[in-house]
Amino acid sequence: MVAHLLRLKLTLLRNSVRRSPWQLIGLGIGTLYALGIVGVCAAGLFVLRGQEIELAQTVVVLGGAAALLGWAIIPVAVSAADMTLDPARFTTFAVPMPQLLAGLALGGLIGIPGLATSLVALATVGTWSRSLPAAAGALVGAALGVLSCVVLSKVVTTATAGLASSRRFKDISAVAFLIPLVLTGPIVAGIARGIAGSGDFLAGLARTLSWTPAGAAFALGGELAAGNYAAAAAKFLIAVATLAALALAWKVLLQRALVTPPYAGTSKRRTGGAGLFRLLPATPAAAVAARSLYYWLRDPRYAGALVVVPLLPVLMLFQGSQSGFYGPFQFVGPLTAFLLAWSISTDVSYDSTAFALHVATGVRGADDRLGRALACLSFALPVVLIFSVGPFFFTGDWDKLPAVLGLSLGVLFTGLGLASVISARYTVSVPLPGDSPFKKPPGNVAQTLAVQFGGMAVLMILVAPEVALVAAQFITGSTVPGWITLVLGPVLGLALFATGVRAGGAWLDRRGPELLAQLAVNR
Amino acid sequence: MTFQPPVPPGPTSPPVPALSLLGLAKRFGDKIAVDGISLDVPAGSFYGVVGPNGAGKTTTLSMATGLLRPDFGTALVHGVDVWQHPLEAKKLMGILPDGVRLFDRLSGEQLVSYAGLLRGMDREMVASRVAELLAALDLGNDAGTLVVDYSAGMTKKIALASALIHAPRLLVLDEPFESVDPISAANIRDILDRYVASGGTVIVSSHVMDLVQRMCDHVAVVAGGRVLAAGTVEEVRAGASLEDRFVQLVGGRNHTEGLEWLRTF
Repeated sequence: MVAHLLRLKLTLLRNSVRRSPWQLIGLGIGTLYALGIVGVCAAGLFVLRGQEIELAQTVVVLGGAAALLGWAIIPVAVSAADMTLDPARFTTFAVPMPQLLAGLALGGLIGIPGLATSLVALATVGTWSRSLPAAAGALVGAALGVLSCVVLSKVVTTATAGLASSRRFKDISAVAFLIPLVLTGPIVAGIARGIAGSGDFLAGLARTLSWTPAGAAFALGGELAAGNYAAAAAKFLIAVATLAALALAWKVLLQRALVTPPYAGTSKRRTGGAGLFRLLPATPAAAVAARSLYYWLRDPRYAGALVVVPLLPVLMLFQGSQSGFYGPFQFVGPLTAFLLAWSISTDVSYDSTAFALHVATGVRGADDRLGRALACLSFALPVVLIFSVGPFFFTGDWDKLPAVLGLSLGVLFTGLGLASVISARYTVSVPLPGDSPFKKPPGNVAQTLAVQFGGMAVLMILVAPEVALVAAQFITGSTVPGWITLVLGPVLGLALFATGVRAGGAWLDRRGPELLAQLAVNR
Repeated sequence: MTFQPPVPPGPTSPPVPALSLLGLAKRFGDKIAVDGISLDVPAGSFYGVVGPNGAGKTTTLSMATGLLRPDFGTALVHGVDVWQHPLEAKKLMGILPDGVRLFDRLSGEQLVSYAGLLRGMDREMVASRVAELLAALDLGNDAGTLVVDYSAGMTKKIALASALIHAPRLLVLDEPFESVDPISAANIRDILDRYVASGGTVIVSSHVMDLVQRMCDHVAVVAGGRVLAAGTVEEVRAGASLEDRFVQLVGGRNHTEGLEWLRTF
């Protein structure tokens, strides 16, 4: 039965690759990436073989504990738990529980994360190949540790299955996970500084962890290498007990989950009412704007962008404070303008086949374009203005404010105009409605890249006058080009915005059904 | 404006059909999905389109309603060419497409209001009609719930409400009763019956023969992208039940022996 389950997992993996060559390429890239990480880690572990026991033990134990933590958190946080062997699918088959658990646990090792963790764990045998008992202990510890990782991950995903399948949790976790992701740089720098300041602390932490379920398994090799047989025996018992307890918890949770299907918490909203549809004027363009605004708030694929934007100045201020050079920080305004304006270039693709409503009602293309652009503009304009002026309170270089402000407005309006044309004509592959923003989208990656980069190149050409004037001020030091930019940016930008809305609208009127057909391919 | 307003039926001219398809054809790659379908749907009729899976029903209705551009042929709604004058034709039609998503991060009330406002209706009319539609379709209590949290049947009903909001002269409903509970289905049938009685035209596609036989006065049997039979339900079923007649027309029932072991438990 266990072998059967493993074969099933392999078959599923093979079939998923057979569906399209892009899947294979994706798997290949993932494998290469994982191999790189595994290679670096394994090489490090082999180098540790020549180091003193204390140092090696600290690294191995902390690494093991980190792996355990990662296996527990990541699948839930990005709603990307590996559900190819979802236990719920076995309910109608009478599979005995012990075999099911063993099969699912070993099946969890098949796949890139499982194999990578196993390989790195096995490399600790290299670290401790100083004596036969140490190497044997490391091998046993690695096996216990890796199995604990997999089973812990199963416990967490089973326990949170009800929670994680509710739409609201998915929406919030996907957006919240973006924050640490965007701030990776500052976080890593902060931790690195902390480590550099307190080497003793880490050794102490590792010593403590090695007596807890989190680090006991990976401490076996080190204890045996140091000759502490009693400590090794105790830690072996802790590790075995940990795995047994986790397996028991999983079994209990699974037994309960199999007979109580997850209740996808229906979130009633009693507030009701037409909301923004009532507040904004009763025209098609305003209706489109109201609809878009709701999507900016309620759809994690849009809301993710809203979460990232306020972090942008934080990130650039941090970089400025690290290097002492605030040059890029001054341009956080134009950068934000670009990001927000460009985000609607995928608007129709995000609609997916819901766009059929626009085609069926025969809404005029220009109304469609204008509504989407105004929705974005309603919050992008104040944000861009604040972000353009804000940095100058830090730098005090007020001479450059007109230039930066002009550039920001130029980029914002030009970008919105261009995005209105692009999303009326080209679809790109994006995560489908309801999917996690991290999910790899279906469809043609090559066209997506061509449209996105081609569009950005065109945008660079369209804002070239503003860029040239700003450059002129920065080079010559004269304030005249800056003041010209302040006038030229909004004027040229608004002209291009109007042109874009009209051209995109005309395109939509002519090719609405064709655009819908393109969207239907990827649903 | 270049299009001709629909000619009122006089003693000399035959009445203008609500929907008139002429030689519609569509090919997807190597597969011919619709192979020259011609069909007249008389105004004021309750018209059923039945056919096996993959018969081309959805493709045909998409081409008739301006959602999918045909390779050949024309579609006229009350005499207005859908592909020459799409805006005028779409004003006359209410469409419930099958297999497309909705803007499901809006609440039910917001989605139907959105459909009305997109059609340029004024605010007061939208508000009063939305309230009436939601009540008629038993969705009053869930007006404030996001459509993404609706059940399949509720989703169908809210899509139907979006198609009705502008009081169209022709309703094209693709699989309107799929996963709708019996009570709601009966309510929807009442609404549609009254709509037809007051002069509107309804086209529904369905797999359920009994439903079509009871509900519709006209029916077309479509298979392999062609019309096999069309006319009043009485004409098409020719004395037999619609289901038997359908199986006879379409063919493909397999009377294989075997599966004896299924009786050996």
